[in-house]
Amino acid sequence: MNIIVCVKQVIDPEAPPASFKIDTEHNKADMHGAPPVIDPYGEYAVEAALRLKEANGGTITIMVMGVNLLREVVKKPLAMGADELILLEDEAFTKGDGWSTAQALALAIKKKGDYDLILCGREASDTNAGQTGLAIAEILGLSCINLARKIEVADSTLKVERVNLSGYDVIESSLPAVITISNEVGEPRYPTIKGIMAAKKIEPVIWKPNDIGLDAHASVKTKLHRLFQPVHEGKCEFAEGDTEEEMAVNLANKLRESKTI
Amino acid sequence: MMSDNTGVAVYCEIKDDKIMPIAAEGLGVGRKLADSLGQELAAVILGSGVGTYAQQAIEYGADKVYVVDDAQVKEYQPDVYVSVLENAAKKIKPQIVIMGQTDAGREIAPRMAYRLETAAILDCVDLDIDSDTKRLLQTKPVYGGNAQAVFVNETDPQIATIRTKAMEALEPDASRKGEVVNIPAEIDAAALKTKIVQRVAEEVAGIKIEDASIVVSGGRGIGSVEGFKQLEELATLMKGALGASRPPCDNNWIPETAQVGLTGKIIAPDVYIAVAISGSSQHMSGCSGAKTIVAINKDKEANIFRYARYGVVGDWKKVLPAFTEKLKELMAS
Repeated sequence: MNIIVCVKQVIDPEAPPASFKIDTEHNKADMHGAPPVIDPYGEYAVEAALRLKEANGGTITIMVMGVNLLREVVKKPLAMGADELILLEDEAFTKGDGWSTAQALALAIKKKGDYDLILCGREASDTNAGQTGLAIAEILGLSCINLARKIEVADSTLKVERVNLSGYDVIESSLPAVITISNEVGEPRYPTIKGIMAAKKIEPVIWKPNDIGLDAHASVKTKLHRLFQPVHEGKCEFAEGDTEEEMAVNLANKLRESKTI
Repeated sequence: MMSDNTGVAVYCEIKDDKIMPIAAEGLGVGRKLADSLGQELAAVILGSGVGTYAQQAIEYGADKVYVVDDAQVKEYQPDVYVSVLENAAKKIKPQIVIMGQTDAGREIAPRMAYRLETAAILDCVDLDIDSDTKRLLQTKPVYGGNAQAVFVNETDPQIATIRTKAMEALEPDASRKGEVVNIPAEIDAAALKTKIVQRVAEEVAGIKIEDASIVVSGGRGIGSVEGFKQLEELATLMKGALGASRPPCDNNWIPETAQVGLTGKIIAPDVYIAVAISGSSQHMSGCSGAKTIVAINKDKEANIFRYARYGVVGDWKKVLPAFTEKLKELMAS
């Protein structure tokens, strides 16, 4: 069972909202003072891969695309228990849109070859696009299951529970397939000391656009027109009182008087 | 890239014997965009025995309704639906395609976009036409709701999914007239790669959170199953639903289906009462569409107060019982 997991290095989505800043000139965002992290959505995909490996054996290859990839950050999935790390690290990889991202990853997956499953997070915590996994499946012509919470493999048939608004569907498919992982799969494990030591010894493989045969003029279909922070005016009316009970009563009165309730 | 595509097409999902509210919202914004371009608004309906819904789409603003009425599309199956809608788009050749950001829309839109060699933007909260270029300006939350991005697709059709309750449906007008066109399903058997073997509904008791006009929601600070029982008492009193941020669901204090936020439900009730919820961007993405947010939190600096209209700074354990008691009294009078 060979699994490729695509993850991303992102600005820390759990950092306090106050540290979030936008550079309007370059249409770029930054978490002031907070170091980048492995995308939490991607960590669920790593966790799903590790559980499959525990049940079926095999290897897990992590693929990260971007620029200025901090080794201690991108090695976290290795410390969690993954086996190999491929970095698509080049300025050229950051210039595109959702399509060119999926295109580059699909080319890299083809070059890697020998895979049974490709896992992605349900979306990235920075772009919130939610398209990469689906697009990779279309490009490679593979089965595609979105938002999985449980994966089982028996006799080279996949059985996947796919989350939906009212519950879940049980879906069967042949391998290879692309699956995006939802957070219902369960909390990603913490790296162990042993895992961290092992990860230190693993050298990442680095691929440039040339290595995967990426056309320099890869088509970009979407342009970012503007990036901005919506303004939330702090117009909260606080219920006063000497005690918390008194404040509670005043809050109830306020809601009634304003016909909110 | 300009093309000879024209018009706006809205994929209308059917649920509980009617066009879903989000589809009506899609037709509402679609009407606005079509008028601004001076073009036609089409609706697309898939299912078995669904011809009767065409009139509903017309009442909500469609000029033309394309119906795929076939037993093979009776129930949602992603591979089949992507393929049928791809064929429909090739036939209709719209400049803009709108879908709801539903279980189906979020997977159909990107897959169909790829096959049509164009792009999709998911979860849009605003759609508008650029007055100079006449291209579609697609605004969507990014960075977990910390920011919003406006995207422009350079190829047609420009495909967008819209967030629930972000746009307004028109009042249905029974006197509107429109044309109904039946199109064949033309399902390619080779397109079928996955098989749905079971559909499981995990219904929560009481009012569904996405339908409730009042939602009482708890965060990490609630601390236990028992804590949520207290919130449930308040929710029941107000005939509302119970919700939660992510940590209580991760801790199994409340079922996953109650989670409000980017990775859970996106709701827009009249009143959202947030108890011991700090208001992370992820959570706010799910509830910032509420008309009035009421917050109870011991930290005056909590992010939730930037969104709240009314608030109490205090320990929920002390505030909530007195609040519930007083509301009971007020509602009885």
